Amino acid sequence: MGFGNESHGLLSRMAVNDQHGENSAYFDGWKAYDRDPFHPTHNPHGVLQMGLAENQLCFDLIQEWMRNHPEASICTPEGLHHFSDVAIFQDYHGLPKFTKGVANFMSKVRGGKVKFDESRVVMSGGATGANEVIMFCLADPGDAFLIPTPYYPAYARDLCWRTGVQIVPVHCDSSNNFQITRDALERAYKKAEEDNINVKGLLLTNPSNPLGTTLDRETMKSLVTFINEKNIHLVCDEIYAATVFSTPSFVSVSEIIQDMEFCNKDLIHIVYSLSKDMGFPGFRVGIIYSYNDIVVSCARKMSSFGLVSSQTQHMLADMLLDDDFVDKFLAESSQRLAKRHSLFTMGLEKMGITCLPSNAGLFCWMNLRSLLKEQTVEGEMKLWRVIVNEVKLNISPGSSFSCSESGWFRVCFANMDDETVKVALRRIEVFVGKEGEKAKNVIKRRQRTTGLRVNSSSSKRFDESWLMSPHSTHIMSPHSPIPHSPLVKVT
Amino acid sequence: MGLLSTKVTCNSHGQDSSYFLGWQEYEKNPYDRVMNPEGIIQMGLAENQLSFDLLESWLDKNPDAAGFKSAGKSIFRELALFQDYHGLPAFKNALVDFMAEIRGNAVTFDPDHIVLTAGSTSANETLVFCLGEQGDAFLIPTPYYPAFDRDLKWRTGVEIVPIQCSSSNNFQITESALREACEEAKKRNLRVKGVLVTNPSNPLGTTLSRDELNLLIDFINEKNIHLISDEIYSGTVFSSPSFISVMEILEERNYHKDSHPDVWDRVHVVYSLSKDLGLPGFRVGAIYSENNTVVAAATKMSSFGLVSSQTQYLLSALLGDKKFTKKYISKNQKRLKRRQNMLVSGLQKAGINCLNSNAGLFCWVDMRHLLQSNTFDAEMELWKQIVYEVRLNISPGSSFHCTEPGWFRVCFANLSQDTLNLAIKRLKSFVAESSPSGAHHSRESSKTRSLTNWVFRLSSRVREQEER
Repeated sequence: MGFGNESHGLLSRMAVNDQHGENSAYFDGWKAYDRDPFHPTHNPHGVLQMGLAENQLCFDLIQEWMRNHPEASICTPEGLHHFSDVAIFQDYHGLPKFTKGVANFMSKVRGGKVKFDESRVVMSGGATGANEVIMFCLADPGDAFLIPTPYYPAYARDLCWRTGVQIVPVHCDSSNNFQITRDALERAYKKAEEDNINVKGLLLTNPSNPLGTTLDRETMKSLVTFINEKNIHLVCDEIYAATVFSTPSFVSVSEIIQDMEFCNKDLIHIVYSLSKDMGFPGFRVGIIYSYNDIVVSCARKMSSFGLVSSQTQHMLADMLLDDDFVDKFLAESSQRLAKRHSLFTMGLEKMGITCLPSNAGLFCWMNLRSLLKEQTVEGEMKLWRVIVNEVKLNISPGSSFSCSESGWFRVCFANMDDETVKVALRRIEVFVGKEGEKAKNVIKRRQRTTGLRVNSSSSKRFDESWLMSPHSTHIMSPHSPIPHSPLVKVT
Repeated sequence: MGLLSTKVTCNSHGQDSSYFLGWQEYEKNPYDRVMNPEGIIQMGLAENQLSFDLLESWLDKNPDAAGFKSAGKSIFRELALFQDYHGLPAFKNALVDFMAEIRGNAVTFDPDHIVLTAGSTSANETLVFCLGEQGDAFLIPTPYYPAFDRDLKWRTGVEIVPIQCSSSNNFQITESALREACEEAKKRNLRVKGVLVTNPSNPLGTTLSRDELNLLIDFINEKNIHLISDEIYSGTVFSSPSFISVMEILEERNYHKDSHPDVWDRVHVVYSLSKDLGLPGFRVGAIYSENNTVVAAATKMSSFGLVSSQTQYLLSALLGDKKFTKKYISKNQKRLKRRQNMLVSGLQKAGINCLNSNAGLFCWVDMRHLLQSNTFDAEMELWKQIVYEVRLNISPGSSFHCTEPGWFRVCFANLSQDTLNLAIKRLKSFVAESSPSGAHHSRESSKTRSLTNWVFRLSSRVREQEER
């Protein structure tokens, strides 16, 4: 049931509208993967999941720590005596050891250059929950946040769906490597004012998803200055903070404001999570860290709607406070990401495919603009469908990140092993080679028919008829965007 | 134009209520048998601490579930990555079986219609986001759980209109009370979207009768509105009458899902493991609905508060052990019954009666005869005396929106037997001393007057517990 968009329907409008964003074509790729998931031995020709920004590179380190610390689990003989205290504990201030551990970890991730106050650490249901809560605290329905594009697709759901807040995109493009400029911000802010939209703040993801780049010190300073001038909030989603694997090193907003005396700290808020840095999305550890006391107090009350399981808090507390482990983990994780990034990007370079130079994240921002027949969203989607259905790689089209320039794709590389990366590279190579051949053949045919010699400046131009080959299947509408995990089949 | 949202500055979160101020007092001066024997005894916390030994012994015998292993093989990685909002199938299957078992298998639940949430706090809010919006209201019988004001209204913008119940008929829901509530909503320009009941009731500790349930179904059918049945205490029913879920009534009326889809579309159940299993820290809540649109929307919304995968895994093993669950449900209920009897008979010896109850982790205690006057001010005075002099943190009825002064909720399952006995002893002495003696009374009143100012000064740090 649910009566469409009437306000007097059986259900709320929220329940029946599609503001959750899950009907986006972006999720078609998941469906293709779900139907035909790659497996090295069982299904070597299946679809490779490269649309999932997960960090699977360091489980061995965590498992080793857990093996050496059985008391961290409340279920082992060594930890069982904690069971009842932990099971009963639902105080939204969090287990003291846990919030201390989080503050400690966050500080280490920033090279010890900042100290975090554990009394400002507020829990949430993953960063998903954190982003929604911070919006509930800072904005009313109809208010807006500026967000530089390209940005994480689920922001539409997390920031807007139940809060009624709107996103005002600040478009960035490749002319300057997608960097945010003061100019672009001012223009977006002014336009919002003209349109009578009440801008409450600016939200940055730093390191960026999907770009994989970090903001430099000067840019951060100018952004902090900007929000202070306009007296609007700055929310920095630093969920990828520990995935920085090469220079320039990460500069957190927390570091910047230490040296900016004029900055009104009440405007500064950080969203964090352990889902990317440690690879634990299943444990739902989201954090809001605000320099504004009222926001901390309000967010803490709202955290009742998404507290971290006390079992999880207890398990992670000692791990996060174990300095030796944390130092080793951060260093090793960084190294492995660097290696993986290099393996992938160098492999792509050999075939003439470039990625945006990046120093962080679990993905690359791949430039396939030269493969587009038309430099439009439709052109991008056509190419994407070929890549999903024929090359059998689920990668994410730039348009799903609200990118204003067509032809960019986010490709994840940290959710698989080295062998699988090589399989992906081989497939891309074959694809690029084939397309090169086809382009050459098209050109030769044209030469024969027109009698002209056309110098192909790129081997990657395509005939439209090829894109509409009988092999490309029609994409059905998506249901769940979430991929099947082996645990779903294990039952 | 404020810097922050209006949600920050309004107090719909309800945490300024006196209910939470009692916590503050307890935190300052908590009873400890050895370290602080004169301290305040916590009886305002509806927790079930009676059956941990059963859980612990199960864990002892089941190392695989404890150690992230399945058939000896580590599944840590898979669990760490598992964030599918459809939930772990093994867990949902075990959960629906457990829910059916609690209902004597008179009802079955389809795991595809369960949505997992971070506690029933999140389940209730999520359901309201799906069913209502600003300008809408839900009717709730009084007295009701104080935090409903936060869970149902704060971020959703939905209002609560009380269905006034009274001791004249043991606080049962009547048709006239339902209709009056509707009228009240109309006066306030609110559109009634549904009725929410807690069954078994918090704070009454009673289960809804068959008549009440039938009345509710008739009412929601007449108005074409929803019924949310929060059955979080369903496993705590320890004596007759046995628990009847609203789902059972629908089955009884032959409302088959094919022939009467519309009523099934409007009845929803909320559940949690916080009370029955005593695991509030694990944040395990659930919404059950046959309305596919609600399930679809609620599932997406659960992204904001999923249950930790390691917790789902642990509990799928625990609840999947049917021998264990049968033993647990039965033993737990027996222990609750014994405890409730202790409190009820102890209070009786002090001349204090409780509402006849058959469920819950608390008694609804009648202290009207101890009030100086039949007013809520007098109730507050009495409460302060009990907190500061008798040194018991119990919850005043006004915080549950009770229409009659003088009722208090007193919890019995979150403390040891000895502590409960001590609490009863203290109350007995207090009652004895409180019998007519003018001088004594005036001494007490001046003490409480000076306390009034202090108590109502809001502290900046209220340590709230997720109380029910």
